[in-house]
Amino acid sequence: MARLFLSGVSCMKRVLVVLLVLAAIGAAGFWFLTSPDRQSAGLEPIPAGQANLENGKTLFYAGGCTSCHAVPEQADKLRLGGGYPLRSPFGTFYVPNISPHPRDGIGSWTPAQFVRAMRAGVSPDGRHYYPSFPYTSYQRMSAADLRDLFAFMLTLQPVEGRVRDHDLPFPFNVRRGLGLWKLAFLDGRPFMPDPAKSASLNRGAYLVEGPGHCAECHSPRNQLGGIVEDRRFAGGPEPEGRGWVPNITPHETGLKEWTRGDIEEVLASGLTPTGDSVGSTMAAVVANTERLPEAERKAMAEYVKSLPPREGRKGPR
Amino acid sequence: MIRPVLVGLALAIGVSAAIAQSDPIAERRATMKGVGAATAQGNRMAKGEAPFELDKAQEVLKTYAAAADKMHTYFPESAKSGGETTASPKIWENQAEFRKRFDDWAADIKKAAANTKDLDTFKAEFATVTRACGGCHQAFRVSRS
Repeated sequence: MARLFLSGVSCMKRVLVVLLVLAAIGAAGFWFLTSPDRQSAGLEPIPAGQANLENGKTLFYAGGCTSCHAVPEQADKLRLGGGYPLRSPFGTFYVPNISPHPRDGIGSWTPAQFVRAMRAGVSPDGRHYYPSFPYTSYQRMSAADLRDLFAFMLTLQPVEGRVRDHDLPFPFNVRRGLGLWKLAFLDGRPFMPDPAKSASLNRGAYLVEGPGHCAECHSPRNQLGGIVEDRRFAGGPEPEGRGWVPNITPHETGLKEWTRGDIEEVLASGLTPTGDSVGSTMAAVVANTERLPEAERKAMAEYVKSLPPREGRKGPR
Repeated sequence: MIRPVLVGLALAIGVSAAIAQSDPIAERRATMKGVGAATAQGNRMAKGEAPFELDKAQEVLKTYAAAADKMHTYFPESAKSGGETTASPKIWENQAEFRKRFDDWAADIKKAAANTKDLDTFKAEFATVTRACGGCHQAFRVSRS
């Protein structure tokens, strides 16, 4: 009887040891796979030469940085002190200060740190950013463009004050876990122009897929928060849960009836072919795209019109 | 000849008033559709895609004025949802601000009507008057398309 008991204990001990070893392997594997060092994007050298501020400004408005990063409820959209609460199914993200303030913003960053943040979603202190910051799109941008964008942002007004931490429930509050998310949804590839297509169509593709990050709202997401690739641009639930973002592919349920000129017009003035003026979050987008040079809007419209037609939701619900 | 027209007009007004009372969602959608059609026409003239006609330009502004005057009355507590509405709940959370937007818009329209004399003045005034659209839609409308 006593022997049976003893062997029971040693058996349990053995199971415990095995479990501990497995847990250690699991933890080591997790640690290994989720390391920000796994991300190879954004480590390229910064191109030499003077930054082009005019190009930086164009990219700034193509990206619409102010839509999320401006201090909420202020008239001056160029004070990028952050603070806007972005309510998502995973919790509330508080948009950070990206003004050139040396302590509270990005004023003391190097161009290389900026490129790394934009293309790999990794902070200067080596932590993952949440993909509510759409680096899944920004990864397509070139290092030269990012250098110019960063130089332009440094010309803006520094805003004091750090924004509070995100408010996320477990497990989403485990920042390290984003390493796994990135392995699934961040390929790290820069934009590759298609030599068979015109220069303007390639320019439009770059602006829409890269800085413009249009797909981030105009596509449905899966349960892990990744874009459903075969439904890209076919519309989806508004990320903050307040409605439905339209299908912008040339499908009957999308923009089939729209001409290139119509798409250009909505980016320039917010007016649709029926004379409607776009609202909700698209109004903030238009406040940026209206400041782009006309040729850039033309290129974006050309690309949007060339998207593969995909069925979206039929009519309002 | 004039009498049947007047009677018809009176009837039409009476009917649309009845609709407004019974179905404010249909009414506000119809009003906004009218504003949209006017905007599309105004925009074509402003961009030189259609010939400028002063009468038509003033007609656009009159459509706006009528909408600015009436629109806010089509959002009673009983018409928060249903009927494909895209109205945001914020309308009822912030009635004062919602109303103020229409009053400000009405003031802009009045000024625009007084200043519009030719294509150049219309272009400038049309740009000012339509600036209100996006701001209000951003705050008080949700996207459902």
